[in-house]
Amino acid sequence: MAAYETQGFRLDNSGRRIVVDPVTRIEGHMRCEVNLDANNVIRNAVSTGTMWRGLEVILKGRDPRDAWAFVERICGVCTGCHALTSVRAVEDALGIRVPLNAHLIREMMAKTLQVHDHAVHFYHLHALDWVDVVSALNADPKATSELQQMVSPSHPLSSPGYFRDVQNRLKQFVDSGQLGPFSKGYWGSKAYVLPPEANLMAVTHYLEALDLQKEWVKVHTIFGGKNPHPNYMVGGVPCAINLDGDGAAGAPINMERLNFVEARIKEMIEFNNNVYVPDVLAIGTLYKNAGWLYGGGLSATSVADYGTYEKVPYDASTQQLPGGVILNGNWDEIHPLDPRDPEQVQEFVTHSWYKYADESRGLHPWDGVTEAHYAPEGPNFKGTRTQIEQLDESAKYSWIKSPRWRGNAVEVGPLSRYILSYAHALKGNQRCQRVKEQVDASAAAINSVIPKALGLPETNYTAKQLLPTTIGRTLGRALESQYAAEMMMEDFRQLVDNIRNGDTTTANVDKWDPATWPKEAKGVGTVAAPRGMLGHWIKIKDGRIENYQCVVPTTWNGSPRDPKGQIGAFEASLMNTPMVNPEEPVEILRTIHSFDPCLACSTHVISADGQEMARVTVR
Amino acid sequence: MNDSIVVLGIGNLLWADEGFGVRCIEALQQRYEFADHVRLVDGGTQGLYLLQHVQQADALLIFDAIDYGLPPGALRVIRDDEVPRFLGAKKMSLHQTGFQEVLSLAQFTGKFPKHVLLIGCQPEELDDYGGSLRPVVKAAMQTALTLAVQALTQWGAQPREREATLRRGDAVTLDELALAAYEAQRPAEQDACRIGDARFLLAGS
Repeated sequence: MAAYETQGFRLDNSGRRIVVDPVTRIEGHMRCEVNLDANNVIRNAVSTGTMWRGLEVILKGRDPRDAWAFVERICGVCTGCHALTSVRAVEDALGIRVPLNAHLIREMMAKTLQVHDHAVHFYHLHALDWVDVVSALNADPKATSELQQMVSPSHPLSSPGYFRDVQNRLKQFVDSGQLGPFSKGYWGSKAYVLPPEANLMAVTHYLEALDLQKEWVKVHTIFGGKNPHPNYMVGGVPCAINLDGDGAAGAPINMERLNFVEARIKEMIEFNNNVYVPDVLAIGTLYKNAGWLYGGGLSATSVADYGTYEKVPYDASTQQLPGGVILNGNWDEIHPLDPRDPEQVQEFVTHSWYKYADESRGLHPWDGVTEAHYAPEGPNFKGTRTQIEQLDESAKYSWIKSPRWRGNAVEVGPLSRYILSYAHALKGNQRCQRVKEQVDASAAAINSVIPKALGLPETNYTAKQLLPTTIGRTLGRALESQYAAEMMMEDFRQLVDNIRNGDTTTANVDKWDPATWPKEAKGVGTVAAPRGMLGHWIKIKDGRIENYQCVVPTTWNGSPRDPKGQIGAFEASLMNTPMVNPEEPVEILRTIHSFDPCLACSTHVISADGQEMARVTVR
Repeated sequence: MNDSIVVLGIGNLLWADEGFGVRCIEALQQRYEFADHVRLVDGGTQGLYLLQHVQQADALLIFDAIDYGLPPGALRVIRDDEVPRFLGAKKMSLHQTGFQEVLSLAQFTGKFPKHVLLIGCQPEELDDYGGSLRPVVKAAMQTALTLAVQALTQWGAQPREREATLRRGDAVTLDELALAAYEAQRPAEQDACRIGDARFLLAGS
């Protein structure tokens, strides 16, 4: 393949090829290949989902009211978002509107998941791309305490003794030879730039996050009845309300349980304000000051989201994170996004291991086809069907399809939502002012407040320069967590008020009986999943599922090339990033992880024997 | 106070014998009732989300499908310190790596069960998306439950045969996914590709 230009990138696969397979610390299985130039800068990137997915096909013929329970099992992370998207798709098809209480409870469950997932992703899966755990052993607990008080003055856990205890625990763990969750790192790599004290602070907060998250998920148990697989229901929520009821198992939700929920929301708000957001800002500042502002990829130009968090149910104009599409980095123009329009969302398979009758065209999900056709091929392909050595990106090379918006590749996720809402705010949307405030405060912290406190040079980057980076993607997730918890408190108060006013309805069962359904119906459900915009499209015939398609966030971000040769968001994000040491792909993992990829639902999970460490092959 | 006992089934029930752990929990609950300090958990593939269940347990019993290189349907019982090693020895699916990590995280946080028992079953077939347990694995469930009930009795779980039928909605595994409905409503083979990933099929044939 000769070098070519696309989306502002020049792809050149002439340099030496590095293969990272598997990319670890993600849900599912993915592989990445890049070409480096003589200075070890990435000049071509190929990302592939190496597992097959077929969820859609096993739903055929089943009861649409049961689909949510199946989609909950696709993967281990976004359980609740798939279930919610599924019931919304069915409700849309059948013209069912859920009561206000059900709307608010669903919103709170979705936002709990958002906060939980974002915090867990950052501390458990992503922090290790920024934080050198082993270096934390060299930190001075007293200096760590000072750093903590500077970064987050109101966080109560900041004494030198506290950090010394954590350090001792970590030391015992490392000495025991059982690194466990920390066994997969490139500790000591020069790609890590934080001082030992910042590393110790982050490890400490990792433990704090682990401790809190298990309390937060209990919100799902209260409203969804079960953990870790909460109940959902077409038409509403499967829980009854009786404020004065007793707390017996299976009894309706009472005031005591609602008080518990309120306490958890307060805890989330505090954790975001005192720990999560300050940590990301501090780490972001230190990496920015080290000159590491890579990884923006498509977020600098093209982003999309369906829009979410309606203040008034079924009124898109009241969305608190409104959607749309931005192209070519033009924040002044936001294109409306309609998931029903056959011309807008389309999936292509020219480079995916699936078959279409005419592969020059994309298919809208309602007309979607999932017919597997596994054939690794192309002049540069090396290996066999069962043992891939090198992929050829000019041919089919992934189990992920290529969704496009009017033919454009876009990035999705919290950063995309934040860029869109920031742009909406600049155009005067009053509901987006909180987002603007968060982004502007973050830019001020990263440019001057934190550098000044640490004695580092100040900078003068605009939001438009800071956001489309790997740091910005990680920051977008932290800010969304912060905002989601705040919005959840409003939902909570509205719910309690509504119940006190005598409305305890939680479900609309007018159309529960399939006898009331039309012979044929189709619908779409969308959710702002933690990883980005999620859509399910359903066709119902004679009371049964006729066709079901999910277009998940990681399909958008992890998509292979399309008929025009446009690259997907993962691929774009790696472009032009220099690697300190190609044998240790810290930079690749850092940027790929910043998307919080979930290959389990964009492809299918079944893993061959793999090594714990990401395997790197230099060719 | 009685020790807290957690019985956890893990695996993905959409992948044939991968569902062994979850189906064991479903069956255990249908046939037995336990003392109040015993909790049955359908863990699915939830990985980290299961941490609190591990931390809360003084005694933890796990059902899972594990490849020990034994004949299909063969059961093995693994205890205490051996458990993490076994879960990591040969992983067939993502959740096992995940669960090994959950155990080490529980150790790191200093909240780890005093007793851990893993009842593992050698699967026959995994590459059958939407499929159910193979007969040999389904048959092994009976012995697995007997072994579990023995261990749970020793731990003071007070198992007794269930008298009242389980009410709809009380099942740990959602009614919508209950074994009988799951099997009966499966779409026909010509409608739904069941083969999974061609590479693994080729590798196995």
